[in-house]
Amino acid sequence: MNESAETTVRHRIDYTGAKMGMWIFLFTEVLFFGSLFLLYSVFRDKYTAEFHKAATELDIVLGTANTAILLTSSMFMATSITLVRKGKYGLSIFCQAATILLGIVFLINKYIEWGVHISHGIYPNSPALLEMSRGKIIFFSLYYVMTGLHGLHVLIGVFVISGTLLFTARRKINETDFVKLENTGLYWHFVDIVWIYLFPLFYLIT
Amino acid sequence: MVMDNEAAMKAPVSFYGEEGRFKGIFSWIFSTNHKRIGIMYLVAILTFFSIGVILGILMRINLISPGKFISERTYNSLFTIHGVIQIFLFIIPGIPASLGNFFLPILIGSRDVAFPRINLMSWWFYMIGGAIVILSIFTGGGAPDTGWTFYAPYSIRTTANVSLALVGVIFLGFSSIFTGLNFITTIHRLRAPGMTFFRMPLFCWSLYATAWTQVLATPVLAITLLLIILERAFAIGFFEPTLGGDPILYEHMFWIYSHPAVYIMILPAMGIVTEIFPVFAKRTIFGYKAIAFSSLSIAFFGYLVWGHHMFTSGMSDTARVIFSLITFMVAVPTGVKVFNWIATLYKGSIQLDSPLIYSLTFIFLFSIAGLSGLIIGTLSLNLYLHGTYFIVGHFHYTMFGGAGFGFFAGLHYWYPKMTGRMYNEKTAKIAWLTIFIGFNILYFTMFILGLEGMPRRYFQYQPQFRTNHIISTVGSWILAAGLILMFGNFIRSLFRGEKAPMNPWGGKTLEWTIPSPPPAENFEKIPVIEHGPYKYE
Amino acid sequence: MTEKESQVQAIGPKAYIVVWLCLLALTATTVTVARLHLTAYAVIASIFIATAKAALVVTFFMHLRREPWILKIMLFLALLALTLIVLLTFSDVWIRYK
Repeated sequence: MNESAETTVRHRIDYTGAKMGMWIFLFTEVLFFGSLFLLYSVFRDKYTAEFHKAATELDIVLGTANTAILLTSSMFMATSITLVRKGKYGLSIFCQAATILLGIVFLINKYIEWGVHISHGIYPNSPALLEMSRGKIIFFSLYYVMTGLHGLHVLIGVFVISGTLLFTARRKINETDFVKLENTGLYWHFVDIVWIYLFPLFYLIT
Repeated sequence: MVMDNEAAMKAPVSFYGEEGRFKGIFSWIFSTNHKRIGIMYLVAILTFFSIGVILGILMRINLISPGKFISERTYNSLFTIHGVIQIFLFIIPGIPASLGNFFLPILIGSRDVAFPRINLMSWWFYMIGGAIVILSIFTGGGAPDTGWTFYAPYSIRTTANVSLALVGVIFLGFSSIFTGLNFITTIHRLRAPGMTFFRMPLFCWSLYATAWTQVLATPVLAITLLLIILERAFAIGFFEPTLGGDPILYEHMFWIYSHPAVYIMILPAMGIVTEIFPVFAKRTIFGYKAIAFSSLSIAFFGYLVWGHHMFTSGMSDTARVIFSLITFMVAVPTGVKVFNWIATLYKGSIQLDSPLIYSLTFIFLFSIAGLSGLIIGTLSLNLYLHGTYFIVGHFHYTMFGGAGFGFFAGLHYWYPKMTGRMYNEKTAKIAWLTIFIGFNILYFTMFILGLEGMPRRYFQYQPQFRTNHIISTVGSWILAAGLILMFGNFIRSLFRGEKAPMNPWGGKTLEWTIPSPPPAENFEKIPVIEHGPYKYE
Repeated sequence: MTEKESQVQAIGPKAYIVVWLCLLALTATTVTVARLHLTAYAVIASIFIATAKAALVVTFFMHLRREPWILKIMLFLALLALTLIVLLTFSDVWIRYK
């Protein structure tokens, strides 16, 4: 590990170092979302029955579809890195574009879902929600905050992948220098994992 | 960027004279050189520290004669902003971001940190966060009046400008995360050839432990404060009892970060004094591995004791007993460190210069802090002392007497290396004496006030507390005079100080093998390390 | 050493497709299990399946399998930290909410 220390600075990108940095950043994300999951589990412990009832108002079909969409996008993202490393830039750009597209579709679904709830008058501090039981208020607040922050991460991911796509097109990301794409991939997979947990906890507890 | 070897051999240009892409002020605020960023952090941190001190003195002035100079509302804002500034803007970034940034790469034999641009971004986030916090004092519904802990549900309901201040603190949190992330990667990837983990100076170990705490605790603060902002904006109700929420959960989440934060503050200070003792006793450090591992275990246990801030919050008895027990466990690695420092001095040839004096003071004051910590870590005593001046005294001994004096020790120790000048040793000693006397008058009185039952954060008090409050306030003036003398000495020496030699103290670590101030790339040739850091015998 | 390995070896797209199919299958399973209304066990089952899916993503898509051991320890550390704070918080709420 050490012998490469001198040459790594400024002469060549330290791949292991760059990836380590990204992983450590993801650990902070683990704790960030982890705290929300902690809140979720505490309130679920407190309002078990009401959470079950409230969950019936969510659309399982949309939720399942979104899960499949994100998983597929993750697969494309992973593949795009392999393709860059093999020098197949066109195909890699295609895969990245597919990832972006699926990310956008995910967000559109989310938009539709939120739209339905809001049209039913269910949003934080709405008169309809305040009349409901306390457990339901908390459930929907958790739903909005957690899927909202997750959606924000998807949105950021879409922008970042658009960046790597441009870089790949200009060959700034190439066979020998692809750590930007790889780190973006790590981020995108992490966002996927968050959804893997959000999905059963909100949609499947009816 | 690689230095021309021939030119470098003749006269290495110090990092102050480095020719970069930008000129003037821009050569600083857009610099990715870890030394420039360290100096920028240092200037900013000490500026905020001075503001915090002034606010503290204003509070003490009010307590001579409540209501005469300052209104109740202003007093609440004063202790809130004093806390926010001293905690988030001074002491958390304090040592790692300034001295750590400057010396970590040099101590492990590297030319820079792993991610220089993220390092610069961290400084920018710090400045933006600081600016937002200051802005929140003067805008909106008035300065925050919640106390630096922002406890719900009051922080949700108050009309003061809490949200903006919270945005500022979240920025500061990210700045801290970036520093931590950078240091972990730097220590793993950029050690010089032969510099194994167990050949690193112990300051690096303490920064490493600190960095992990920064990375694993700060995100919890970010989300918690974000939730308070959302509570205020959208009434999501997690911490609002009328909507089914639980305010005690806020306390949990806040202290999940803010207790480990205490170790973010104190560990680097412990690291600094660990550097200083061997140099000024001319002896190898006693128990290198024990100190290294005690840093890690302090960070680990420190992560699990947040509940001792909540003994009177209404938390379950089981939790209170568990947290009290783990709290006592932190005392063990701390005791190991103190023992090893003393053992290092034993039979050393001691050179009583100001860095060592500050380090010895660190041990003295931190021991008082730690022992008073055991008193309030005891569940039964805590119920009586919680929310009194005893707590205020305790944490000022920890933060200021511990982390603050460690920081001052480091400033005196590394000042010649950073600036290339020597400060006036005699003035430094006088300043130390004044600070030490003022400090103890100011804060030890608080232990007595607390035992007598004076509640903290109160604007007004019963007549029997008056004498002690006046003594304490007089202490704050002496302390302030000492601080002015110390900083005055530093500033004067920048221009009039003698030129510092390469190694004024006879240190054995890598920073003393390069010129003062260091050249832009630190080392002409990356050194090859063959033995541990404190080789005196 | 490890650095070179991770640069040279790339996991082929075929492996990714297999993993992707597994993930979809697990998603179908978790939805089906939820429909069975197993009440108390349903939560455990869905968390278990979600963790299996997350493990697949981490091991293959994020190719932790090929990363140096230090990174695995770091990941363990982060997860340990999260687990401990959850457990300690529950030492309060489990008892207080009863």
